Amino acid sequence: MTDTTSALLRFTTAGSVDDGKSTLIGRLLYDSKSIYQDQYEAIERASARRGEEDINLALLTDGLKSEREQGITIDVAYRYFSTPKRKFIIADTPGHIQYTRNMVTGASTANVALILIDARNGVVEQTRRHAIISSLLQIPHLAVCINKMDLVDYDEQVYNKIKNDFETFAQKLNVKDTQFIPISALKGDNVVNASEAMSWYTGQTLMNYLEHVDIVNDYNFNDARLPVQLVVRPYTDEYHDYRGYAGTVAGGVFKKGDKVQLLPSGFTTTIEKIQGPDGEQDETFPPQAVTLLLEGEHDLSRGDMIVGTENPPELSQYLDLMVCWFDQSKPLRPRGKYVIRHTTQEARCIVKDIVYKLDIDTLNENDDDKEINMNDIARISIRTTKPLFVDPYEDNRITGSVILVDEGTNNTVAAGMITLNKNEINMRNAGGDYEI
Amino acid sequence: MKYQVSHLKELEAESIHVLREVAAQFERPVLMFSGGKDSILMVHLAKKAFFPARIPFPLLHVDTGHNFPETISYRDNLVKEMGAQLIVGSVQEAIDQKMVTEETGFNASRNGLQTAVLLDSLEQGGFDAALGGARRDEEKARAKERFFSHRDEFGQWNPKNQRPELWNLFNGKKAFGEHFRVFPISNWTELDVWQYLAMEEVALPSLYFSHERDVFERDGVLLADCDYIKKRESEKVFKATVRCRTIGDMTCTGVWKSDAKTVEDIITEISTTRLTERGGRTDDKRSETSMEDRKVLGYF
Repeated sequence: MTDTTSALLRFTTAGSVDDGKSTLIGRLLYDSKSIYQDQYEAIERASARRGEEDINLALLTDGLKSEREQGITIDVAYRYFSTPKRKFIIADTPGHIQYTRNMVTGASTANVALILIDARNGVVEQTRRHAIISSLLQIPHLAVCINKMDLVDYDEQVYNKIKNDFETFAQKLNVKDTQFIPISALKGDNVVNASEAMSWYTGQTLMNYLEHVDIVNDYNFNDARLPVQLVVRPYTDEYHDYRGYAGTVAGGVFKKGDKVQLLPSGFTTTIEKIQGPDGEQDETFPPQAVTLLLEGEHDLSRGDMIVGTENPPELSQYLDLMVCWFDQSKPLRPRGKYVIRHTTQEARCIVKDIVYKLDIDTLNENDDDKEINMNDIARISIRTTKPLFVDPYEDNRITGSVILVDEGTNNTVAAGMITLNKNEINMRNAGGDYEI
Repeated sequence: MKYQVSHLKELEAESIHVLREVAAQFERPVLMFSGGKDSILMVHLAKKAFFPARIPFPLLHVDTGHNFPETISYRDNLVKEMGAQLIVGSVQEAIDQKMVTEETGFNASRNGLQTAVLLDSLEQGGFDAALGGARRDEEKARAKERFFSHRDEFGQWNPKNQRPELWNLFNGKKAFGEHFRVFPISNWTELDVWQYLAMEEVALPSLYFSHERDVFERDGVLLADCDYIKKRESEKVFKATVRCRTIGDMTCTGVWKSDAKTVEDIITEISTTRLTERGGRTDDKRSETSMEDRKVLGYF
């Protein structure tokens, strides 16, 4: 039985059809006893019906009929397993080139990106693409698994060369913590059990790494942020004047009695009470969902933010975003208007400028070709109809991220990461240079 | 480690966040309540999300008329205790009014008829968001379901056109006449649900615990003997000590030989079992993609 005090780790995987990703996931699920006998028998039957000799573990992850027909994964699939140490959520995203949008989606909530490299092929386009996306989305930890070591005679030289190649390329990226692990998903080397064939490798097995990687500091615990989701007003005799500000803590630590600032009004007040899911609590931090009660009466509603008095977020209508474009029917429109959602706030925005398109194979910034289609990544400048309370994405993944929604179709058409640093925001707010 | 929460508390927080988003983004949400443990969990989480206010939406039960009697009495008690509003969509009435046609034969089930009644109830009530307790670990088509799942004006699900969901931002925008299905406990596994219900000491229907019952066997699954199922001559009724692992219609919910008398026993049992929880659901066995097929039409 899993301990109820174990922590949750979310990781993302991406890979091409043949790099052994499904086998690896299958092995993690199977070795942690998360594949059930009837599931196993069902894919055994399905594999036989398709005329395949071996049991095709990809059938476990490819759930939809159209995926099975085409033999590809269309969408992000979520898988679950747990060990006595941790519970894991895998966002399994398809590896083919056109599905950047799924990789970005899976990466947005991940603690760890698991990157698979086929030892026979080394660092390829797909590897670079996944690493760049992981870096853009600021996944705190990278686990680079050099797979199929059994097919290169478990050769340390091969492993070292790939490791060097990756490190050289990764210098251009913003990755804080990288771990390299030589594995064979098929044979099980260094997945759950240490490899006897690779005694030269003295590091952790993949499972060991996943169970122990330090994720405590993946949230920002310095700058207190609570976007107000809704106001709780019971309208009962018992709670006549009750007015609670419900929301999920997006950063920092709030303590009972702390002075806080309310945005956009800028008023300061004191936290009177913190109502958590199990009753009152003395402090709260991410990712807890709580209700704050404040001293005095305030005009505060959904979309507003309760923040610490030190280092508050910036209030700005001018933002630069790195966006990943999702819409398959229409490209990003220069001067186009979209709905923008940021924390619990909703506004409209206009695209003032497409600064450049990012080539996600070379990291080159292309300012000639500005046609932004599905799966493209670009830097854009926008102006919003009202100020948003933002942090740079690298400081806070929650208060630094937005989505854009098409007003005609209501579809989510882009994910955006706020890239401005605070000096730039201040400069923009002060200057009159940015009229539309 | 001071600022770390357990996986159950993190899942709880995520679900509360989603429930609050629904209350904030939609005009008329409704919580689909089946009487099973997942919908009981949903009610429990909703109570926490809006405390000390009441849950700001009614409960909707699509009653096939083939429920276990224990389910109905649990439902009625819960509603009374919470002071919640209960809406019942009746499959029997839909049959009587010839809105749907009852299946016949040995494997007849009203499971599929629920879809029409559900969609009708949502339309009648003008509901724009239906909260459900589906989990991604339950079934392969559900593994790709979003928290906020868009449905067109026919209530249909289009698996190829789902909105990407990033960070904790949810897009509930829709055209008039469309609605959303929302699944706040998407990331919970069966074991998480039980561990949490144990931790929170939530009262559960007696069906989940081991009891003696008249059963018979069909296609390797034990079914509770009742008037709603037409038995073949070869299918002999016998007594067995069983419990339900999921609760649905009597016609399609298999029971499970078990001595688990407490939630702790259940946790031990499911952490060692080698069979999935829906393995006893004959509605899923109709074809390899029966869940996906039903979901496309608007099943929950």
